Formats: sequence, structure tokens, C-alpha cells
Amino acid sequence: MRALVWHGANDIRCDTVPDPEIEHPRDAIVKVTTCAICGSDLHLHDNFMPGMEKGDIVGHEFMGEVMEVGAEAKSALKVGERVVVPFTIWCGECDQCRRGNYSVCERSNRNKALADKMFGHTTAGLFGYTHLTGGYAGGQAEYVRVPMADRTHIKIPSGLTDEQVLFLGDIFPTGWQAAAQCDIQPTDTVAIWGCGPVGQMTIRSAILLGAKQVIAIDCVPERLAMAKAGGAITIDFEEESVVERLNELTGGKGPEKCIDAVGMEAHATATIDSMMDRAKQALMLESDRAHVLREMIYVCRPAGTLSIPGVYGGLVDKMPFGMAMNKGLTWRMGQTHVNRWTDDLLNRIQEGQIDPSFVITHTVPLDQGPEMYKTFRDKRDGCIKVVLKP
Amino acid sequence: MAYYDRSSAGDNLARGLGWFSIGLGFAEVMAGRSIARWMGMEDKTNLIRAYGVRELTAGVGLLALGDPKPWIWSRIAGDAVDMATLAAGMENNPRAGNARIAFGAVMAVTALDAVCAQTLHREEAYYRSLPVPDYSGRSGFPRPVSAMRGAASDAPIGEDMRTPKILQFQGAGGAGFPSPPRGEG
Repeated sequence: MRALVWHGANDIRCDTVPDPEIEHPRDAIVKVTTCAICGSDLHLHDNFMPGMEKGDIVGHEFMGEVMEVGAEAKSALKVGERVVVPFTIWCGECDQCRRGNYSVCERSNRNKALADKMFGHTTAGLFGYTHLTGGYAGGQAEYVRVPMADRTHIKIPSGLTDEQVLFLGDIFPTGWQAAAQCDIQPTDTVAIWGCGPVGQMTIRSAILLGAKQVIAIDCVPERLAMAKAGGAITIDFEEESVVERLNELTGGKGPEKCIDAVGMEAHATATIDSMMDRAKQALMLESDRAHVLREMIYVCRPAGTLSIPGVYGGLVDKMPFGMAMNKGLTWRMGQTHVNRWTDDLLNRIQEGQIDPSFVITHTVPLDQGPEMYKTFRDKRDGCIKVVLKP
Repeated sequence: MAYYDRSSAGDNLARGLGWFSIGLGFAEVMAGRSIARWMGMEDKTNLIRAYGVRELTAGVGLLALGDPKPWIWSRIAGDAVDMATLAAGMENNPRAGNARIAFGAVMAVTALDAVCAQTLHREEAYYRSLPVPDYSGRSGFPRPVSAMRGAASDAPIGEDMRTPKILQFQGAGGAGFPSPPRGEG
């Protein structure tokens, strides 16, 4: 089969690789009909995520048709069913899964010993990501093996297009959880850093959950235009001061809820601290650029909430934690517990409350994937979200 | 925002110059005295080391800090300073021939820097000339935003995702805690 394969920094290729096979009775094989490049795939492409190995198949946002089902998954899945596969693999049986904390499933990371060493305790296995999260083959491919498939799926009813439901596997519930864990009140101002795909979903989620005011921060004109279309007041951080504008929009008090939809690769040249971060990153003195976290801590209203769906990989430097502590900020973060939200979100898509396909700007065949990684990374050609067709 | 393409000809040249800066900077810092002596400018040893730090900074900027244009221009400015220093150092210098060789090398690299800057600006002009896609109609909602605000306020969100009552911001009425009696607050 053909698949997008990681070969090193800035080197993802469309290779021919062996077809996946059932390896465990809970497995299923899914023929991928549509997949997408996620912003967090760029961290792999740019080689900022530790634990990648040459030959890894990438991609964690995908859907398709069930082709083969292992003996222990047959009660939950049938050949021919159409499924979106969540990026977090979950067993449904461990203590964390029983609490709904699927992204920290205790049993789905097959490299648990490595993750225990790195994180203290393991988190869930993820598709197409670092070996710290299991090193499972990803879904930017013609076929994919889905471990623990009796749990790790979202069944899709007929009548909905792939494009309408594909993002149930990652960015839509990620944006939703980012907003939900802020516990948005009708009086709240929610500030969202980053108008990439997750930021766009977060903006819509905050509106649907009833925020009084949603403010989106970015510097890419077309992304800001899309944010505005979704109901956000926009701030172009290259044109105006984020701090001054946020204070102006909140009567000097600051936003009650701040969401980081940027993560470890914050814009490298906009501020001095970002430039220092980028230099330190290049010299391997830190792994993540934390400008957005610093700015959120500074601008957030005391006793407010910071929500962090943006991906961080390791160590950050110069974190003003004293400021956060003295302001009594609540921090909510983590990978998305995808299946916790998907029944509700699928209903909302079916009812027509939202159509997540609004974010798609490019649709290309799988073999054009490597080039689209670069287009997406460099934000060329108005690129916000790339969908691939194997 | 600055437009640049991290796989373009201009960017590749900028990266090459970035590595050159790192190499030259390292040499100037570590072997500043030897370089100064070779050019017959021993009294400029510390200055050459300082130029090495400048080169290292430009190298890191070119290789790691996104848009390479400001760093290429900083290199061109640095080249001018280098040439001025070398020109001044040639007077009454028994090793003026070596200094002239260094001057020629700096001129050659300056030409390369200028070509790089020109290429990068031409590439940016090309990207800026492309039409900007119009996403202003892409709300994702079936009705105007004002009609969708709060449409999912009944969403099932677990208690573990809720903010404890005591930490919630409230409108009129507060969180239900009594105000302190007058005079005690």
C-alpha cells in the first residue's frame, strides 16, 4: 500500500510499504477513504517531537471502511461499516478509561515503559505519532491497523459526507474540549491564540457554548478572516498590541478564559522572547517555544482559566509561574478524550448545528501529501486545512 | 505577516550563508588572535572576536528564526563594517597583502549576501502578488453567529471539566457568598 512515511526533518515521502495485518484479536483493518494533515503533524515534520524513527507512517486524523475485524472486536464492529478513528487509542477497561479520561488510557501505549520514564506515567497510545505514545502506524495511508478497535472508533451513519465527519477524529473534539474545560459562562470573554484548524474549531465551540465575547489572535490574514466569519473579534499581533487590545476589549480586566491553540511552535520572530526561544530550541537548550503561555498568564484575569489544547513536547523555559500562582489561575490541558465528546458532536453535525468542513481549504491525492506538508507549514496558498484522498 | 518559503532557492542560499556565518563566527571567536596576526592587525584581536559573536548571532538567526531577510540585511551591514575595518587596517601594515585578500573575500561574500537578499525580496513580492483567498463566508454555522451563540449551552459536560463554583466569575449576584459586613471588609 502507499503511505506517508517519516524519514527525518522536513522529509516525509509517499512510499510503498507492507499492508497492515491483524495482530491482536481486538484489532481491525480500516481502508482509509479520507485523512487530513493536522497541525501537530507539523511538529513531526519539523522534527521537534522526540521519539520518531525513520520509516514511521504518519497521520492521526482519518476515517474509512472496516475491511477486517479481529475475533474480539466482532461484537462492536462489522466489515463494511464506516468509521472515523479517534487519534487516541483507548481500551475502555482501565481506571482512566472508566472515568472518561481516554487520552491517558493506561493500557493502549505499547511502549509504556518508555513513556513511564519520560512522563512519569504513561499516556494513551496515539496513531502516527512518536514512539513515546506507542509508535503505532498512522492513517495517512491506504490501510491502517486499528488496535483496540472495539472501542477506538466512531460509527458514522449514512447521509453525511467524509468531509463533514472526518474532524470528529481530532480537531473538532479538540477545539470543543478546549472550550468545554473552560466551563464557559454567558458573561465570559474567551481569548484564543492561534487561528489554525484547532483554533477555528475552538472559536465555533466557544460561540456554541455561549461565550459573551470570543477574541482570536493570529497574524495570517485569511485565517483571521475565517475566525471573524465564525464570530470572533480578531487581533493581528503583527499590527497591534495583544495586551493593550485585550484590556481594551475587557474593560481593563483581562479575559476570564484564555486558550492556547498554538503549542510548541509559536511564531518565531514576533517578539524577543520568541526569538530567544527559537535560538534556544536550535541549540537544544529547550524543546518548546512558550510565548503564548507567557502571554496568556500575563493577560488573563486573576482567578481565570487557561486551557491548553496546543501540543507541547518537552521543556519550556522562562515560565512566569509566580505570576500564575499569584493570580490564582486554573490550568486545564491535555490531549483530547475524543470519544467522550463525539456522540454529542456527531448529533450536532447531523442536526446541522455546525458543519466542520468549513475549515477545508485544500483536497489532494495522498501522493501529493509531502508537498502539502510544506504548503501547510509555510501557510502558502491560503492553506488552513489539507485533506488527503488515498 | 512576512512571507517566505522554507524550500525556495532564496531560503536555501540563506541557510548556506547561515552555516557560513556559524563557521566564520566560531573561527573568529576561537582563533581571533591568529586571524588578527595573519592580517597584521594584532591590535584588533578583541574587535575580531566581537565580530565573531556578531556572525554567530546572524548564523543562528538565519538558520532558526524564520524569515531570513532581516538577518541577511544584518549580514550585509556587518560586511560593510568588516570592509571598513580592513580598509583602515591596511595603512602602514607590513601584511597589507593578507588584509587585501581578506577584503576581497568579504567583498565576494557581500555580493552573495546581496544576491540572497534580492532573491528573498523577489520571492516575497511573488507571494504577495498572489490573490488572497476569501474565507469571510466560512462560518460553519447554518445561521448567523448571533443566532448560534449559546446553541449548545446544554451540552453534556462532565463535572470534572467544570469550574468549582467558588472559582466561577458570576454576573449580578456573585457566587452566592455574602459580602463582609460594612466596616469589616
